[in-house]
Amino acid sequence: MAVRLLYFAWVRERIGVADEEVPLEGPLPLAALVERLRARTPGHAHALGEPARLRAAINQEFADWNAEVHPGDEVALFPPVTGG
Amino acid sequence: MTFTVRVEAQPFDVAREHARLSALGPGVGAVVLFTGQVRDEPLLLDHYPGMAERQIAARLAEACARWPLLGATIIHRFGPLAVGEGIVLVGTASAHRAAAFESASFLMDWLKTSAPFWKKAAGGWVEARASDELAAARWLETQEQLR
Repeated sequence: MAVRLLYFAWVRERIGVADEEVPLEGPLPLAALVERLRARTPGHAHALGEPARLRAAINQEFADWNAEVHPGDEVALFPPVTGG
Repeated sequence: MTFTVRVEAQPFDVAREHARLSALGPGVGAVVLFTGQVRDEPLLLDHYPGMAERQIAARLAEACARWPLLGATIIHRFGPLAVGEGIVLVGTASAHRAAAFESASFLMDWLKTSAPFWKKAAGGWVEARASDELAAARWLETQEQLR
C-alpha cells in the first residue's frame, strides 16, 4: 500500500517533484509522515524542515498534524494559501 | 437558482457574468460583482486542481445557508497573469442588496484563506497575510452573534 503526495508552490520547487508515491503499511499521523519524508532527500529536508510554515490537506480537505493518514490517501503539502 | 464555480486559465468576461446573474429570474433585485485583479507586477498562480473547486463550492454552500441567494458565480484563474488582468470574480444575486453585498464579501474573505492557490511574483512566492486570516475570522464572530 502507498500514499500519494502532492506538493505545491515553494514546497514543490524545493523537493523538485510535483507528486510522488511513498509506501505506507497502516495509519500514521500526518506529523510522523512528514518526518519520514524529510529523510528522503536534502530537498525534502529543506522543504519540510519547518512545519509551522506548512499547511496540509488529506483527500483535498485541510488537515492538522495530528490527523491520521491511511494507505490510499492523497496528501498535499503546501505553504499557507494566497489566492483571491 | 444557478450556482457556478469555475477554476480556469482563460480570462473572464465581467459583462457576461453580470448579465447571467441579473437574468436568473424576476425575483432578482440585486447583483453584486467583485473582481480582484493583478496589481504592480505580473503573477504566476499555482493551484491544486480538484481541491480548489471543492473548497470554493464548500464556501458557496455556506453562503447559501446564511443568505437568501438566488444565484452566485465564482471564477478563479490560474497560470501567468499580467498587471490589470482579472484573477478572481465573485458575483451574487439576491432579492435585496444586503444579502448580495454581505455574501460576496464573505465569499471573498474565505477564498483568500481556504482556496488552494499560491501567487508567485518576480521576487518569489507571495507570503500569506495575517490580515486575511482576521478578515475571514470576523465572519465566525458574526455567526456567533446570530445564534
